[in-house]
Amino acid sequence: MKHTVVAMVEDRPGVLTRVASLFRRRGFNIDSLAVGTTEEQGISRMTIVVDGDDGIVQQVEHQLNKLIDVVKVSDLTGEDTVTRELVLLKVRCGAINRRGVLDIVEIFRAQVIDLSPTSLIIQVVAEEDRLDALVENLRPYGVMEMVRTGRVAMTRGEQTAAVHEEEPDELQRFHTESGRRPEGELPFTSK
Amino acid sequence: MRLSGADIVLECLKRIGVDTLFGYPGGVVLPLYDRMPAHPEIHHVLVRHEQGGGHAADGYARASGRLGVALATSGPGATNLVTAIQNAMMDSVPTLFITGNVARELLGKDGFQEADATGIIMPAVKHNYLVMRADDLAYTFAEAAHIAQTGRPGPVHIDIPKDVFLEEAEFTWPEEVSIRGYDVPGAGDDELVRDAAAIIDDAERPLIIAGHGIILGRAWDELVAFAEKIGTPVLNTLLGLGSIPADHALSYGMLGMHGSYEANIAASTADVVIALGNRMDDRAMGRFADFNREAKVIHVDIDASEHNKNIPATVAIVGDVKQVLPQLTAAVQTGAHAEWVREVDTLRDEHTDSMAVPSGPELSVQHIVTRISELSPEATVVTGVGQHQMWAAQQMTFTRPHQLITSGGLGTMGFEVPAAMGAQAALPGQRVWSICGDGGFQMTLHELATLLDEQLPVKMAIMNNGFLGMVRQWQELFYADNYVSVSMSQPDFVKLAEAYGIKGLRVTDIESVDAAIKEANDHPGPVLVDFQVEAEGNVWPMVPAGASLAETIETPDEVTA
Repeated sequence: MKHTVVAMVEDRPGVLTRVASLFRRRGFNIDSLAVGTTEEQGISRMTIVVDGDDGIVQQVEHQLNKLIDVVKVSDLTGEDTVTRELVLLKVRCGAINRRGVLDIVEIFRAQVIDLSPTSLIIQVVAEEDRLDALVENLRPYGVMEMVRTGRVAMTRGEQTAAVHEEEPDELQRFHTESGRRPEGELPFTSK
Repeated sequence: MRLSGADIVLECLKRIGVDTLFGYPGGVVLPLYDRMPAHPEIHHVLVRHEQGGGHAADGYARASGRLGVALATSGPGATNLVTAIQNAMMDSVPTLFITGNVARELLGKDGFQEADATGIIMPAVKHNYLVMRADDLAYTFAEAAHIAQTGRPGPVHIDIPKDVFLEEAEFTWPEEVSIRGYDVPGAGDDELVRDAAAIIDDAERPLIIAGHGIILGRAWDELVAFAEKIGTPVLNTLLGLGSIPADHALSYGMLGMHGSYEANIAASTADVVIALGNRMDDRAMGRFADFNREAKVIHVDIDASEHNKNIPATVAIVGDVKQVLPQLTAAVQTGAHAEWVREVDTLRDEHTDSMAVPSGPELSVQHIVTRISELSPEATVVTGVGQHQMWAAQQMTFTRPHQLITSGGLGTMGFEVPAAMGAQAALPGQRVWSICGDGGFQMTLHELATLLDEQLPVKMAIMNNGFLGMVRQWQELFYADNYVSVSMSQPDFVKLAEAYGIKGLRVTDIESVDAAIKEANDHPGPVLVDFQVEAEGNVWPMVPAGASLAETIETPDEVTA
């Protein structure tokens, strides 16, 4: 079964390596991994889709929690959530068959964001099964290239996966002023 | 106070309480070495190989319960440390490893003696840091020391580019560290403790398996109080030996691959298994799927990821054994399981052959380690890995925590001499015996020179059988006597010792054992004893790799190769 695990991590060099290395070493299968900044300065959010039974996912959570740079781990599986993924698709398409492609785009509420005489790029944000259906429908036209961001998810209503735990002032100053989170000057940055 | 990075590092070590540093200099750490004379409170031990320094820090930490610290230069210095770091990781030893690296502007440029130490070491540590500014040093060291020594302890690595040692920064020692991604578990959940207590109260054949966590958590008294209240046998994992005195009525020694017959059968027939401070690994528990399927398992560990990893727990309590054990002791009824204890006693009495000390005439390792234990009962014992390690664990009497220092998880041959060196450095005036394999000894014997330099009177007993004994045993039993790359000609160990300026003794017959041990004990300096033991002794009992504890083999006849 696929689980959606959210890890809130310190935005520090090496954190992505730590997480990736953990998954490799423990033999966990990741379907997707999406990383980005959050509402809180210094915290990044990783949304990880893991394939495995409950025992494996519990191990994933515990092992992630052991990493010092991981602040909070939540399993959103079974929670009332919205999940989305963004896909860009480059489809072979000339004037002759464009109408057919555009029909599909409309049905799936996708958008055309680039057009050339022989191809176009479609963008769609949706849940995965709808994305899969879109791709299946476009395949006969010739999918030249596809990129997917991986799943992101958020619980509905008041509940959040956020950290909501402010770093003490002293530590925040240390992190921001002392360059523990430098931007672009380290050879081993995680992003 | 403005100081150079090098001075800050040394100041930090002093604030942490470090008095001994096992290290090896090299280009990028020269700025640090340059400042050492100004900090005489820290004694630097010049080892002969970084791996030796790493194991010494490990032995120091295990002998004393304090943070062990090793230092190495960049590149090969850092990579030589890796075995020792992983060893400390597997056995949860509170250690700090410091490496220098090339100057910041050269990082990532493949310069002379550059290795990505941060990347290489990352999966082998509890946490690590690459410190890019002298400003960050103090906080990083404070955080590192905190992480290494709290929760489930472990190694922490700090990588410092050369020019950071030279950079000046304001030094203030943070009195507190706060890490939002790091919680140290304390007491156990009350409801889970009640659940566990109810299961224990209902048990007819409860059994305690006490591991290294009892020693790391300094919970040995709490363990004994708990065991006495429910009146049930206590088994130890290899690293748990000494957590309950071996001469305690409820202590039944080690279980596992070379555990005693009664321990393994008791573990396989208990109706409630109470695992305390151990990770239920394969060498202790046998084949996971067939470990006592009838038993309810109560697993107390400070590391939640150990629960349900190998063996499913009926009740899993996350917490510090030092706090959870008193909770459990208070919650359980005073029990008496006299019948069950008698049952285990009967097993023990009826199955003495497999672990009996051979009476001779050949010189056996079992006899030697037994005599060392009897003639130096207070000694701290450090072992290498293999047959001699198992015989030491089976036959020697460990009456206190920190008495046995051995490489359990990683099984690092070559641990015995440098770790004993570290233990002796932590225990001046106390006796340390290193039980060495003839193979492992030769992996790290270079530290003999350090022993002499530092005047560390470690007593080394080489169990010299001319074989890699445990490998040979497996080839005999499971590979139809097909001995491949397992016999080795040995140097003259006595002459070798003498070449290093160390007293060397040789024992070839059983009658001379006691005299040699006494002579070694009486000699003020380090001593190496070359015990030329029988070539092809085997360790029994044995649970073949991949078998369950219930399939413990007592004698060679039972082996079907």
